[in-house]
Amino acid sequence: MVVVQLFYLHLSLITMWIRLYFMLQIHFVLLISRQGKVRLTKWYSPYSQKERSKVIRELSGMILSRGPKLCNFVEWRGFKVVYKRYASLYFCMCINQEDNELEVLEVIHHYVEILDRYFGSVCELDLIFNFHKAYYILDEVLIAGELQESSKKTVARLVATQDSLVDAAKEEANSISNIIAQATK
Amino acid sequence: MGSQGGFGQSKEFLDLVKSIGEARSKSEEDRIVLREIETLKRRINEPDIPKRKMKEYIIRLVYIEMLGHDASFGYIHAVKMTHDDSLLLKRTGYLAVTLFLNEDHDLIILIVNTIQKDLKSDNYLVVSAALNACCKLINEETIPAVIQQVVELLGHPKEGVRKKAVMALHSFHQRSPSSVNHLISNFRKRLSDNDPGVMGATLFPLYDLITIDVNSYKDLVASFVNILKQVAERRLPKTYDYHQTPAPFIQIKLLKILSLLGSGDKKSSEQMYTVIGDIMRKSDTSSNIGNAILYECICCISSIQPSPKLLETAADAIANFLKSDSHNLKYMGIDALGRLIRISPDIAEQHQLAVIDCLEDPDDTLKRKTFELLYKMTKSSNVEVIVDRMIDYMISINDNHYKTETASRCVELAEQFAPSNHWFIQTMNKVFQHAGDLVNPKVAHNLMRLIAEGFGEDDDTADSQLRLSAVESYLKIVDEPKLPSAFLQVICWVLGEYGTADGKYSASYISGKLCDVAEAHSSDDIVKGYAVTALMKVYCFEKAAGRKMSLLPECQSLLDELSASHSSDLQQRAYEFRAVLDLDVNAIENIMPLDASCEDIEIDKSLSFLNDYVQKSFEQGAEPYIPENERSGTLNISSIRNHNSYEHSTHSLRFEAYDVPKPVVPTKLPPAVAYPTDLVPVTVNVTEPSYQPSSVQPTWPLVPVSDAGSGSGSTELKLRLDGVQKKWGKPTYSSGASSSTSNFESHTTMDNGARQPDTVMSKSLPRESKQSHAEVSEEKQKLAASLFGGATSRSERKQSGGAAGHSKVSRTTNHGEDKVRPATVTVTTAVQPPPPDLLDLGESAGDTSSYSSTVDPFQQLEGLLDLNQDNAAATSNAPDLMSSLYSDADTNGSLNQNPNPMNGSVNPSKKTASLTKGPSLKDALDKDALVRQMGVNPTSQNPNLFSDLLG
Repeated sequence: MVVVQLFYLHLSLITMWIRLYFMLQIHFVLLISRQGKVRLTKWYSPYSQKERSKVIRELSGMILSRGPKLCNFVEWRGFKVVYKRYASLYFCMCINQEDNELEVLEVIHHYVEILDRYFGSVCELDLIFNFHKAYYILDEVLIAGELQESSKKTVARLVATQDSLVDAAKEEANSISNIIAQATK
Repeated sequence: MGSQGGFGQSKEFLDLVKSIGEARSKSEEDRIVLREIETLKRRINEPDIPKRKMKEYIIRLVYIEMLGHDASFGYIHAVKMTHDDSLLLKRTGYLAVTLFLNEDHDLIILIVNTIQKDLKSDNYLVVSAALNACCKLINEETIPAVIQQVVELLGHPKEGVRKKAVMALHSFHQRSPSSVNHLISNFRKRLSDNDPGVMGATLFPLYDLITIDVNSYKDLVASFVNILKQVAERRLPKTYDYHQTPAPFIQIKLLKILSLLGSGDKKSSEQMYTVIGDIMRKSDTSSNIGNAILYECICCISSIQPSPKLLETAADAIANFLKSDSHNLKYMGIDALGRLIRISPDIAEQHQLAVIDCLEDPDDTLKRKTFELLYKMTKSSNVEVIVDRMIDYMISINDNHYKTETASRCVELAEQFAPSNHWFIQTMNKVFQHAGDLVNPKVAHNLMRLIAEGFGEDDDTADSQLRLSAVESYLKIVDEPKLPSAFLQVICWVLGEYGTADGKYSASYISGKLCDVAEAHSSDDIVKGYAVTALMKVYCFEKAAGRKMSLLPECQSLLDELSASHSSDLQQRAYEFRAVLDLDVNAIENIMPLDASCEDIEIDKSLSFLNDYVQKSFEQGAEPYIPENERSGTLNISSIRNHNSYEHSTHSLRFEAYDVPKPVVPTKLPPAVAYPTDLVPVTVNVTEPSYQPSSVQPTWPLVPVSDAGSGSGSTELKLRLDGVQKKWGKPTYSSGASSSTSNFESHTTMDNGARQPDTVMSKSLPRESKQSHAEVSEEKQKLAASLFGGATSRSERKQSGGAAGHSKVSRTTNHGEDKVRPATVTVTTAVQPPPPDLLDLGESAGDTSSYSSTVDPFQQLEGLLDLNQDNAAATSNAPDLMSSLYSDADTNGSLNQNPNPMNGSVNPSKKTASLTKGPSLKDALDKDALVRQMGVNPTSQNPNLFSDLLG
């Protein structure tokens, strides 16, 4: 029995959000202030600049309006976004449908604790002015969208070593410029 | 902490950050950034920029990019910076390029060389930075350039480097599995690395590999179990503890791997039982991370070969999740329940009230999750309740993504479990009405097929009843405004096909309606096309039945209008209609056979009836036809067409190029016929002189007429036949759910249908004697009974028995009386949003108590301001600051009077916090002083900038 199918209508309106990178655990990390200002973004899956702005707009609209007692998760375009608020700052991570939300919540907290150790009672202002350092630390916590190190100490040690090298380089530069300055006097 | 506070940037940069921080609107921010871009564009191209200066420019570029603007003009400078010898600059360069560039950017090729060099560096920090960049930047083409060095780094003395090398290989594997396949043994080797960090990193690639091919890794089950056991027994160094839990992230990853390995494998699963049991017993249910592990255990248990004992433990854990006050845990509980009911369907019954609470929760996330659970546990006895609720929910949301998902789930459930035709039609109407343009067009086809085929049994009366009820419901709906296009098409088709079938409605009534549709949706050509074809059917059927019928005036004017339409399709239909009207009854019966949409259509593919014609042409000297693929100089269209016919169900346009015109072709008919997508045959045949009613040929050329043929032809027809053979009830696109639910069904449906009504009855009797608020819970019980069915005895016991059941009742009374309408319920429960909790104390109740201390940062801030008395700016800001702070709150007045609403309860913890977090106040002061020194005065814009994130 046949009913000839009659419609070849519209291309299906909703193209599913399929990405090659479905295996990544974390697709992106966002830090948004309560006022909706972006403090840090890190994209592990490819998004164009336009998509990024859209994502941030959509998510900050969704997350900032949520009450305090609700779940720390929102479902969004077939993904889940886990967020947690620290003082006036929202830390958000986007994960796959089947991932463990509670674990990601702890990944966020882990990152915040490391930031806290590094900056010494970290506050939003630290991240505003030192966002590049926050990036360096994030790179030690997450790599290619996966949690890479679960020992706070190791991360702290590594970042500190890098900093000390940096400081040494700075001193060197200063002394050279001093020498030059003196020589040219 | 050597580097805190010292924002080693220039005043200019700090001013930029500050002005953006103070921008009051997005447009103001954009203006500032655009100005900055102009400045940077100019500056960055100046000659001889000092390196330190350049570094700052790069960081400013990162900042611009982060704010969502395009900084591509400076990418090349970031690339150049990676070439620098100084680690400081190199690191900045790498940071910038990993943030700027995607793996397919053109500039990558300029970095590969540097990465190669840096991977060989003696300084492990340089190597680490290069490996970080590898993970993000190396694409499929450039993998061979670095892979050898990365593999060598797996043996690096520094564990940090080994770990990053593993992760880099992992990301290569994700990008291009074939390029890494020969190196997979390295991952196995690294599993026994001395450093837990490296071992933990190895789990990621192994997890991916096992997902792809389980069987090659069965030998590792024992090792994984062993590692997990050691981790759980705290054999790892203390530094890997996270909130007193030993290496939780590694545990979770291991559990994920085990659940893959144990799935459907009894032998492997048995090895895991003990360790999973141990972990569940030991897990700390008061901390979030402990619950994360518990949840992962449940997932694992539901995936491996079931063990009754573990299932019991899992069920207990789920019960605890659901009982918790934390929404997060409830959410996890619902999710876990959805996993577990696949194995033990009975478990849902114990939690029915909790599930219903979640369903009515104001939290949308939780609600959605609960609908997902309901979807998984749908069976024929509860499908009506569940689908009704889902539709109500679907109507209430605006998010198209979830509207679509909910709609397709409703359709799927309705198709699978529909208790009656009538219900099915009603349900589909509702879905179409509210989400018609979002559902898959396939759904519309399925609906038409169902109506045409009926239930496939030889029960003609039932079928015609079904059709009648469809026609009736459509006639009722059709006048409503704003119906989605797909739904209108179904309506038109059904009205045309069956509107007059059983004589209840007159042809002129139906055709009047159809004309109305065409008129009301004059901008939608597709709907108009359907309407015209339906009209044609109605007239044909009338004529074929021997009844006289004259064209309605509005139909006449519609035809006039369409004959001059811009759409050639509509025009053609109108002309066809006209032509058909002039034919005699015999011809019409052949063109439009009554109720023939289900008839098989035989297609004479060899076109043998044209043989005479061809022969004649040959005799007149025509050249023979050369099949497409033997022709030279044309594209290989056939392959494209094959591909295309696959996609044909979604569009009617042809996207492939038209053939190069052949001089031979036009003189011959056969080639024209061989193009399946051509629309022509119909008109050709109607006007063709050779067409005579007496010489009734095989009906092939007429098929398109009776089926509104938008380009259907022989190959397409053939293609679709296979799919169509299936009966509607069997889902074609649901896979896992059907098997699991049917399993469930066989378990419980037996006694269900019969007992369900008296479940409610017996329940309501004792209830009535109780207090008034019991009514509400009765509603709930009723809902529970209809959802979970078959649970009579158990739920009965629960409610008459313990105080537990009772407390539940009283707790849920405030959900309002009318349980059927979730909308009202939401209103009543969502009344008073608690004053905005600035501290994320929301879940301090249980899961976060170990670390989220309850200090109010504003108290700290207050203290900070007090200490800062002499600082004029700060004090003058203070009142301003407080008011702006609380202006966010809905309950403005009351809060202002009592600036610290949590005073009493917080005090003691504040004390402890200021003890443990000794330096925090001082730190904040230092930071404040420093910032002011640099001329950055935090204004009332964001008073929270100083508050300690960890509270």
